[in-house]
Amino acid sequence: MFHREAGEFKTTYAGDMALYPLPIARWTVAALALIFVVIVPLTLHDYYLSILNLIFIAVVGALGLNILVGYTGQISLGHGAFMSVGAYTAANLAVKLGLPFWLTLPAGGLMAAAIGVLVGIPSLRIKGLYLAIATLAGQLIIEWTINHVPAISGGAQASIEVDRPDLFGFVLNTQGRLYYFLLFFAVLAIVATLNLMRSRIGRAFIAVRDQDIAAEIIGIDIFRYKLLSFAISSFFAGVCGVLYTYYFGIANYEQFQLGVSIDYLAMIIIGGLGSVLGSIFGAVFITLLPIVIRMLMENVGSLFFTESELASVVSGTRLAVFGGLIIFFLVIEPEGLNRLWRNVRSYFRVWPFSY
Amino acid sequence: MVRFKRNWLGLAVATGSLALATGVSAQNKELVFGFQCDRTGPTATVGTALCPGYHDYIGLINSKGGVEGFKIRVIEVDNEYKVPPAIEAHERFKKEGAVLEGLYGTPQTAALNKKLEEDKILGTSPGFGTAAAADGKRYPYTFPIAASYWSQAGAAVEFAKEKMGALKGKKIAYLFYDNPAGKEPLAILEDLAKTEGFELRTFAVPAPGVEMGSQVTDIVQRFKPDFVIAHLFGRAPSVAIKELKGKGFPLSKVVSFVWGSAEADIIAAGGMSLAEGYNTIQFAGVGKDFPVLKDIEAMYKAQGKSAPKEMDSTVYYNRGVMNAAVHVEAVRNAIKAKGGAAPTSEEVKKGMEAIKGFTLGGLMPPMELTPADHEGGGWCQVWTVKGGKLVKSKDWFQGYRAVILKHLAADASKS
Repeated sequence: MFHREAGEFKTTYAGDMALYPLPIARWTVAALALIFVVIVPLTLHDYYLSILNLIFIAVVGALGLNILVGYTGQISLGHGAFMSVGAYTAANLAVKLGLPFWLTLPAGGLMAAAIGVLVGIPSLRIKGLYLAIATLAGQLIIEWTINHVPAISGGAQASIEVDRPDLFGFVLNTQGRLYYFLLFFAVLAIVATLNLMRSRIGRAFIAVRDQDIAAEIIGIDIFRYKLLSFAISSFFAGVCGVLYTYYFGIANYEQFQLGVSIDYLAMIIIGGLGSVLGSIFGAVFITLLPIVIRMLMENVGSLFFTESELASVVSGTRLAVFGGLIIFFLVIEPEGLNRLWRNVRSYFRVWPFSY
Repeated sequence: MVRFKRNWLGLAVATGSLALATGVSAQNKELVFGFQCDRTGPTATVGTALCPGYHDYIGLINSKGGVEGFKIRVIEVDNEYKVPPAIEAHERFKKEGAVLEGLYGTPQTAALNKKLEEDKILGTSPGFGTAAAADGKRYPYTFPIAASYWSQAGAAVEFAKEKMGALKGKKIAYLFYDNPAGKEPLAILEDLAKTEGFELRTFAVPAPGVEMGSQVTDIVQRFKPDFVIAHLFGRAPSVAIKELKGKGFPLSKVVSFVWGSAEADIIAAGGMSLAEGYNTIQFAGVGKDFPVLKDIEAMYKAQGKSAPKEMDSTVYYNRGVMNAAVHVEAVRNAIKAKGGAAPTSEEVKKGMEAIKGFTLGGLMPPMELTPADHEGGGWCQVWTVKGGKLVKSKDWFQGYRAVILKHLAADASKS
């Protein structure tokens, strides 16, 4: 936020290492917490909560992908498939063994991490577009496997229905209850990523991204950190898949196809590669913008068109506007929405002076 | 400057009249229908013809004074065949007070089954979702209202049997899209192969289904079947028609499931005249020879407009009309049962389960929806390409209904 750093002196190591060292930043976080924990769920209609729920799930997935693509510089077109690995692991455990979500959720994440490491092995030898194709192969292999192994997919329909998550006898079956459930995991993912990125591991990831040979020379084990990045990133994706599964009440093969991988890549590219806030911006942008555009166009369009004409006009132009806005934002700031936000912030930091 | 002012004036008048219009309609009796569509995603070829059919039928009902005095307002959401937008669409329909909704897409239907039940709003999914959804006890708020893939499989085999006399010792090839929907009918086909004594061989086409030269060569030159049952989506059906025709297989020995059966599929394969004999399974009537379509044309004429071009794509358009008609009938039943008052979504569900003997002049099958059977009996027709157009070659029938019901019961006991 718009804060001054001058006059802030740290007298303890703990104070210096705090996630938010400035008082005003802590106040901002506290205010955001108040808004999202108390005010939003109490005042907003279920419909808006359902949109927020979708955003929360997308935030988890986008953060995971950003750890890999934005921070470590390894591209992946297989994140949709990693989500499905998490989803099917959790669904099978929940249905066949009757495990509760607090066991299936980490299990789904860990299984996705294991598969992610396997798919990530080519990253040790190849980079860039070549790695994109290798991970694309991973996506297709996983899709095929789920489609053809009934032990995983649970039959020809390749969909496994799961019950709503149950917390201390409290069934999470309304948008309001699911809101807290998903908010918790979104916040957990944000805090985990923020802390990960200022740890030794995070700095190693960034070193690998910036110049992997240089990183190797200064003593970073490329083998270990590249695979670790794939593992952590896929863990997030797996958890994201599990959250989708519980949110929809079903793990379905068609929910996690290649298009989803591309959507998530779009999120982090628009939001800003290599930033936590960027992942959040991207998730919000991709989820919310089509809805906002549609609402605007329905209101404006109803002046000119009848109801049935409007439907065909809105869906076509919505895509065009959506695509146009993506291009617009990337042209004015190729580093994404996060950079745009930082520019605004640094302008106001010294305002009304120019330096 | 004058022009500028006039524009603003116009906008102000328009806004004012809009406010007035909404104010008036709020006083009138109004019911809200939610309808999901895909006009821009991978199934846009279907949606752009099907969804106008839905709107036109609702428009027709509204132009005649609405259903039992209630005007219908349709909220359409384009879900682009993606799941998260479908969830958002459902929540929006719920917020706007929709009494029912039309679903679009198999993964979307799967993801909403549970939500529909929790929110007690029924959703119809003709041609989408799992065959098991026909079981109204298991999925109380999901209504396929049209022949499922299982019923279509039964119908396809029965049609093949009728064409060939007996099935014993015959060879049938099943050419299918390699995804869950493509594999779903296998259970029925394998069962029938055993009981009827024909040899079944399956040929999977991987996504996106535009390359099937080797499968068709396998079918035509190695397996040499007596009949081919095709279950393909998107561009794949036209590729299949082209390949089978090109390799010299008679199209009169091919029957396609409902998503490979539109005029557009056949035209894309090289035109109606080239696909002579190609058989298609339908769950709604084909062609323009129905009174309801004449009424829609008359409605457009009365408004001084020509009928929309989507009407020419009769296979999909008529399915949209059918979907809308089922919705309207369900609401009509519910209003009648309540003595003319606005029904709740739960009462509309009861109204849906009371639909019987409503055929819309032959456009719809003689279906009967009950609390146990949300498929309405699994009726199909077969239409064949003859002389450059689709001609009905087998009227409404239920293929191997007993076998389908046996599988439904077995599937229900498994879960």
